[in-house]
Amino acid sequence: MNGIKDRVAIIGMGCTKFGERWEASAADLMVEAAYEAYADAGIEPGDVQAAWLGTVSSFRTGQPLAEALKLDYIPITRVENACATATDAFRNAAYAVAAGIYDIVLAVGVEKLKDSGFSGLAVPEAPGSDVTPPTPPPSQFAMAATRYFHQYGIPYEEGKRTLAQIAAKNHHNGTLNSRAHFQQEIGVDQVINAPMIAWPLGLFDCCGVSDGAAAAIITTPEIARSFRRDYVLVKALALSVGAFGAIRSDWDFTHFPETVRASQSAYQEAGIFSPREELDMAMVHDCFTITELIIYEDLGLSPRGGASQDVADGSFTLEGELPVNTDGGLKCFGHPIGASGIRMIYEVYKQLQGKADARQLGKADLGLTHNLGGRPGSFTCSVAIFGAAE
Amino acid sequence: MAGIIAHGAYVPRFRLGPDTAGWTASTERAAANFDEDSVTMAVAAGLDCLGSRDRNAIDGLIFASTTVPYAEKQGAAIIAAALDLRQDIFTADVTDVLRAGTTALRSALDSVVAGAARQVLVVVADSRQGAPRSDTERNAGDGAAAFLLGRDDVVAEFTGFHTITENMLDNWRSSGDSFVRSWEDRFATEEGIERIVPEAVEGFLQKYGLNLQDVDRVALYGPDARRHGRLARSMGLDSQQVQDPLFGSLGNTGAAFPLMLLVSALESANADELLLAISYGDGSDVLAFRTNSLVNRARPGAGGLHGHLKSRSAIASYETFAKWREVWLTDDAARRPAPSSPSVSALWRESNKNLRLYAGKCNACGYVQYPPQRVCVNCQAMDESSTVRLSDKAGEVFTYSMDYIAGAVDTPLVVSVVDFDGGGRIICMMTDRELDEVQVGMAVTMSFRKLRVVNGIHNYYWKAIPRRFGDSAAKQVGGER
Repeated sequence: MNGIKDRVAIIGMGCTKFGERWEASAADLMVEAAYEAYADAGIEPGDVQAAWLGTVSSFRTGQPLAEALKLDYIPITRVENACATATDAFRNAAYAVAAGIYDIVLAVGVEKLKDSGFSGLAVPEAPGSDVTPPTPPPSQFAMAATRYFHQYGIPYEEGKRTLAQIAAKNHHNGTLNSRAHFQQEIGVDQVINAPMIAWPLGLFDCCGVSDGAAAAIITTPEIARSFRRDYVLVKALALSVGAFGAIRSDWDFTHFPETVRASQSAYQEAGIFSPREELDMAMVHDCFTITELIIYEDLGLSPRGGASQDVADGSFTLEGELPVNTDGGLKCFGHPIGASGIRMIYEVYKQLQGKADARQLGKADLGLTHNLGGRPGSFTCSVAIFGAAE
Repeated sequence: MAGIIAHGAYVPRFRLGPDTAGWTASTERAAANFDEDSVTMAVAAGLDCLGSRDRNAIDGLIFASTTVPYAEKQGAAIIAAALDLRQDIFTADVTDVLRAGTTALRSALDSVVAGAARQVLVVVADSRQGAPRSDTERNAGDGAAAFLLGRDDVVAEFTGFHTITENMLDNWRSSGDSFVRSWEDRFATEEGIERIVPEAVEGFLQKYGLNLQDVDRVALYGPDARRHGRLARSMGLDSQQVQDPLFGSLGNTGAAFPLMLLVSALESANADELLLAISYGDGSDVLAFRTNSLVNRARPGAGGLHGHLKSRSAIASYETFAKWREVWLTDDAARRPAPSSPSVSALWRESNKNLRLYAGKCNACGYVQYPPQRVCVNCQAMDESSTVRLSDKAGEVFTYSMDYIAGAVDTPLVVSVVDFDGGGRIICMMTDRELDEVQVGMAVTMSFRKLRVVNGIHNYYWKAIPRRFGDSAAKQVGGER
């Protein structure tokens, strides 16, 4: 296996303002993201030879992308892979370039969630017997939190405080980012005392439900050099799909094997041996605060059971040893499901180019993105690693 | 000699009573939870009755109730699946009249006597609804009884019967009506129950050459405490002979009422007692049983009628009860999209998984997995699986969540991950719980419940409930009962 390392490059990206975009349709959002990416890359729409559209519930095919952007009868594939949708659309686009089929391709992720009239996540399901318990995402991840507290003997108040620090960190980062859904700081006590959503997770333990889109222009490193000096190289693209679910009665609910497997695969592909030391930043799937806590351990950034201490030490703040979710994360930037993976890549791309404004990190040469789709016990997990041009 | 081999009962955990804000009666009554109906209560009573007995010996199941979920579609078929009975059995619903319970018992005994069946299970349950704050609502109770009938190993022999059928409109509910209606109390009492029941009892005594004094205990139907007392006195029954009708704790459980009182009598009866079960509705049934020296053997260690009566929790407010009965309409939680109809073909395909609660056990490696898998989750052996029934296994909570935004009823919704003794894990809802008892490691058992009604389809499945009867559950699992 050759792997993807250094075989494709990103030369342009776009990302809309995330949030309750009442004024914008999904098509409007795609236009906004794609035209920012065209301009950033310095290409014309006609330069795009193939496209991948990631969306979970806004569209069923790739065609709406052609209609919105007036693409010229090029091949378009719609990708759906739960919360890993956008990253998987990017992954398939990158592989097509690496395979030598196309020179320049477009990957777009979009989601229009706020037209449902429901403040939570409304995703239609296929007909079935409907006997499985209704467990919207907060309830699913709350089960992980309950068990995590139990397994490590963490009293409720202490566990809530740890989780609250994660939410406060991500909100702080988001305030430095005008495109983030939410623009205000939240205090630790405010998080702890927020209304309960799914015990032990309160309102501010949950990420935003947002509208948004993000786009990337992918090409070969050779072509990239002809467009710009600060292109970004793909170092690894890993995907792990859990097959064992919660059916296994020996699974502990306190680690997500899909993240472990995808990250191990990505580290190997990128040639990373010590992620905490080598990575400069990580954008992880903080759909809930407990998810981010567990991800620290699953990615090998914190030892098992040691993530709480790292949170207490501020290891993952903007000023910390390894900043995580520098743009606000799902928590504060928002989570239009099919767009989030490319939004994370957008932040890594900007940091690696030194264009992350007030939240710019001192050293940013190697960054990771991580998405977790599905539910504890059966995830689809993507891990991608990006490096600055040499 | 045909008779009762085993008996069981079910009383829902919740009570309307003095601790319920807005409840206008001074006494208590049992109230089915929002996810219970006559089918689920019948299953619970059936499980209580069967314990660890061999269910394959049962040749028939009769379900009796005036509150069956479907006007067209059998309740007994659902109950037979939930109880994991054989498929080549006789099933029937006996319904439409308060006398349905004794009619079902009589029919089952007839088929045992005739040799058409070795063992027949009778389950009778009711959850009758009166208009809000009506006498019917105040006096009614919800509950169920179950009897395993056969010729061998009986603890109470079936010694006689007498029936009167008389067309009588004193209580009625037309299809489409939500609430029971009744005619003027004085007419219904004087020309109804107080005339017809004594006639039936007199007919029974004459038929068998008995005197009233020969009867040890009477499990007697009565609409409420006052009329039950009047009826007993008018027949000349001595207070020692009248089985405590449990008004003030249980309530009038309709078709199940006289048979729940019969269970109550059997739970404390000595050998060689003559017990009568007397029902009323378009006539009256009198059924007679004589206990033998084995009567103690069928007595539950825990559970049963009195175990369930003791396991109780007051409903905080009448508003909660009114929401359960859907007479207090609520805004659907935050405009969540309305659920679509369950797929009937999927329900059919998953019947063993959903109703019989079968897990798969890999023949190659022994791993127990729910839902059953074609390819083993542990060793990947393909189509190498046998069946394990989880519905009567003891379980323990591995983790849980409490969802405050899931809906307007039973908030927060407790979702639990349950690990079973002997292997297997299920993610299911928890019901009948107090919030402060929910914790990792808590002991639970499975209870058959109604999830929801969509498109007229009553979708049933199993939920976890806190294990209230340690002995009973242990016996069911250990097979000692």
